[in-house]
Amino acid sequence: MKALTIKNLEKTYKNGTPALKGVDLEVNEGDFFALLGPNGAGKSTTIGIIAGLVNKSAGSVQIFDKNIDDDLAGAKSYLGLVPQEFNFNQFEPVIEILVNQAGYYGIPRDIAYQRAERYLKQLELWDKRQVMARELSGGMKRRMMIARALVHNPRLLILDEPTAGVDIEIRRSMWKFLKTINQQGTTIILTTHYLEEAESLCNNIAIIDHGITIEHTSMRQLLDQLNMETFVLYLDNNVKDLPQCLPGCELRIIDDHTLEVDLEQQSSINMVFKTLSDHGIDVLSMRNKSNRLEQLFMHLVDKNRNNLELAQTLQDAALRKQNDL
Amino acid sequence: MTFNQKLNAFRTILTKEFLRFIRIWVQTVLPPAITTALYFVIFGELIGSQISDIDGYKYMDYIVPGLILMSVITNSYANVVSSFYSAKFQKSIEELLVSPVPNYLILGGYVAGGVARGLIVGLVVTLVAMFFSNFQIHSIGITLLVFLMTAILFSIAGFINAVYANSFDDISIIPTFVLTPLTYLGGIFYSIEMLPAFWQKISLINPILYMINSFRYGLLGISDTDLLTALSIIVIFIVSLFSFALYLLNNGIGIKQ
Repeated sequence: MKALTIKNLEKTYKNGTPALKGVDLEVNEGDFFALLGPNGAGKSTTIGIIAGLVNKSAGSVQIFDKNIDDDLAGAKSYLGLVPQEFNFNQFEPVIEILVNQAGYYGIPRDIAYQRAERYLKQLELWDKRQVMARELSGGMKRRMMIARALVHNPRLLILDEPTAGVDIEIRRSMWKFLKTINQQGTTIILTTHYLEEAESLCNNIAIIDHGITIEHTSMRQLLDQLNMETFVLYLDNNVKDLPQCLPGCELRIIDDHTLEVDLEQQSSINMVFKTLSDHGIDVLSMRNKSNRLEQLFMHLVDKNRNNLELAQTLQDAALRKQNDL
Repeated sequence: MTFNQKLNAFRTILTKEFLRFIRIWVQTVLPPAITTALYFVIFGELIGSQISDIDGYKYMDYIVPGLILMSVITNSYANVVSSFYSAKFQKSIEELLVSPVPNYLILGGYVAGGVARGLIVGLVVTLVAMFFSNFQIHSIGITLLVFLMTAILFSIAGFINAVYANSFDDISIIPTFVLTPLTYLGGIFYSIEMLPAFWQKISLINPILYMINSFRYGLLGISDTDLLTALSIIVIFIVSLFSFALYLLNNGIGIKQ
């Protein structure tokens, strides 16, 4: 079953700004799905429409078996939302925020307390339950919003940049938690600017840019499109001359103790080490220059922008020609 | 949502609203008691002693119904307008908007919170009035009915104000420039029979005049307006404003993009 089906979703704001020009999306039940795009691409607008916070201009949205046009309340009951911005009463205690949220879904107060306790403990916030929300740190506020979104046991959880501004330790503990609830059956849609996060967590991916879906595929298929990786090599000794490398590999000197190597997918890194070693160059350590998904993301977004620019140029030329006639 | 789920949702909103103003009772419940005590001391005791009886009642006793109802009006209005606007401002209104709770329950919950504050403050002011005046109740039914309906009406009005408000200044404009003048000119401190004929007619277009007079009828058994007309006006206002507030919510005006 599809957890989410979006067809030709459009949104034009009152001032005439088109935010979405036809977004299509399908997310399978049980999936861990990445929804990516540059700032202003339309991710948050899409999420706002799914959650009932933004009115759509056209298109359809279905959450499991409920279409938001026919049964908005039913669709909402399946959904848990962790928004990008803090959206809770800063002057309420943490436990009250969770219990009230459960109450809005019709859950009795005693059961709401039990669930709030469970999720606050899992997200390491139980000892902060009586603290006013405004007194929590940024990372704690984000975790509290995750607990709040789960308190009615949603089948679909949407997280809009849940780890923004969170330190790496907490980020990794949040990843672990999200993986666990995904394995327990909750479908998750994640938007993030940390592409490493999307790559490590998600099975499928869609990229939105300028209000349209420019890529919608599995993470593996997307990464397979990338045929080159760049590594940074840190050397034990000075390097002045580069050895001749084998085909499928290109070496560059960055400084006395650092090299960069572009390596095609079918080439072996061992070959690079051997060549360097034969020339008396010892490699101390190595890292990926950039995240693989990041490279692909930039490539796809640039390609889309070039296409848009080209289309605009052709349109302008056609208009000029029409005027000349 | 089932009926029980809706009931739980409504109870949640009401509890949240109740705890909100009780938590800050020094700002919400205490000031009206102090203000009313000052009114009684200044207008009732010092100035009122120089004024002759109105409709057979001492001036102090005559102003009691108006002062009680004024506190109900201002507090039920203030509670909803500030609470709902704060929820908009902090975006915590999204907690309700993403949930399946129907819009009429959201409106009902906020209105119930405003009514709760209006009634609690009204009771506190009544206790203060009992200390200063010869407090009496002519008709408990009419008194409670007007008390409750006025609180409902101004809670809904506060909600509509909050929906349209875009800043904290916007939530004080209506109370300052509309509500307070209409309340003071609604016959709290005087009978409209004391006014020239022209101003008597002008006063009759002020809906608050009907509320204060019907409440005065409930407590003292005297009124400048017809009771049935007054109750009908209140009901018409409640139904109209509730429908309008629900329309705003259903269309996401002021709260959705």
